[in-house]
Amino acid sequence: MAVATEQELAEIGEHVADALGDAVRGVCVVHGQLQMVARKESIREVLHFLRDDPRCRFVAFTDICGVDWPEREERFEVVYHLLSPYLNARVRVKVPVAEGEAVPSVIEVFPGAEWYEREVWDMYGVYFTDHPDLRRILTDYGFSGHPLRKDFPVTGFVEVRYDEDLKRVIYEPVNLQQAWREFDFLSPWKGEPAVLPGDEKAGAAPCPGNGEAEKDEEAGA
Amino acid sequence: MQNKQDKPILIRPGEAETLVSATAAHRASIAALNEELSNRGFITTSVDSVITWARTGSLMWMTFGLACCAVEMMQAAMPRYDMERFGFAPRASPRQSDVIIVAGTLTNKMAPAIRKVYDQMPDPKWVISMGSCANGGGYYHYSYSVVRGCDRVLPVDIYVPGCPPSAEALMYGILLLQRKIRRTGTLER
Repeated sequence: MAVATEQELAEIGEHVADALGDAVRGVCVVHGQLQMVARKESIREVLHFLRDDPRCRFVAFTDICGVDWPEREERFEVVYHLLSPYLNARVRVKVPVAEGEAVPSVIEVFPGAEWYEREVWDMYGVYFTDHPDLRRILTDYGFSGHPLRKDFPVTGFVEVRYDEDLKRVIYEPVNLQQAWREFDFLSPWKGEPAVLPGDEKAGAAPCPGNGEAEKDEEAGA
Repeated sequence: MQNKQDKPILIRPGEAETLVSATAAHRASIAALNEELSNRGFITTSVDSVITWARTGSLMWMTFGLACCAVEMMQAAMPRYDMERFGFAPRASPRQSDVIIVAGTLTNKMAPAIRKVYDQMPDPKWVISMGSCANGGGYYHYSYSVVRGCDRVLPVDIYVPGCPPSAEALMYGILLLQRKIRRTGTLER
């Protein structure tokens, strides 16, 4: 089956926006993929609809990611990726969250979301309500901080070493023998602004509904 | 039995060459050994050499694959390179192994576990650090979650450089470890 065209995607997006109304803040098609921004209170409702509606049937749950935008009012973004094997189409649902706010867990819609939500909690510190077991999943036992936040230092705060006297592995503050050296030869300070490899999509047309686009509109008005 | 009338032959001359990977020196020593055994029926040597011979000839290695280096480690154990011809055989239990190969990125979370595995191994024991990450953190040297070299946790005997080291490189490291055991071989360690 052919991949869903942009036209078809736009139609599905319109259908979703009509059906859900206020729950969806914006729908658009970017890079040949359907993208929408949802309110965090209604994320369960949105995913339920996308899964069960006969025109969507996004039944395959792919991933949840987090994104940190330190300059935005609502600092974090939780991104849900779904796949519809019937349409051969994917959808990306973004949920802006401010620091300290919680997102409803979507485990009751997609049970596979459990570990992804734990990962987002671990890496970004976004809290999920009604999650049965919201522990850290990847970082060390007793780890403090959320390492994928932009304000987390890359070398962290502690390092480990085996102590011959205590006969166990101990934690100590980080002491680097050689400082971190930056080899960023594409630095914008050295000439015209360069697009770093992999960043091509970051500045692409913002989707209506997320904090970025609204800020632009305000600036324009 | 024919041999009863002849001198007793314990290692047949043809077999001795094919059994052992034959460098010239090795062949000469085997010939001398064969001569002694055939003519006198006994050999004299030092206890140290017998012990180091036994130790180097049956090094059981603890598999500790942590990342992509583990694939090269497996490759070295597979028929193409076949480390078992050096008596270097994989063993899944730390309590029955002599060497641990740290193959891959050692993270902070894994550090207490690898130390526990090392502590469970009986003496004498050796450590081979395989690849850049195990040697000094490598690509992840400045990461918040990676140990900057497994020698912060274990006493390393042989460092094998590479990212990942080829199976040949690991084998060379093993031969160097055997040489080190022969050179420093004592009962106490």
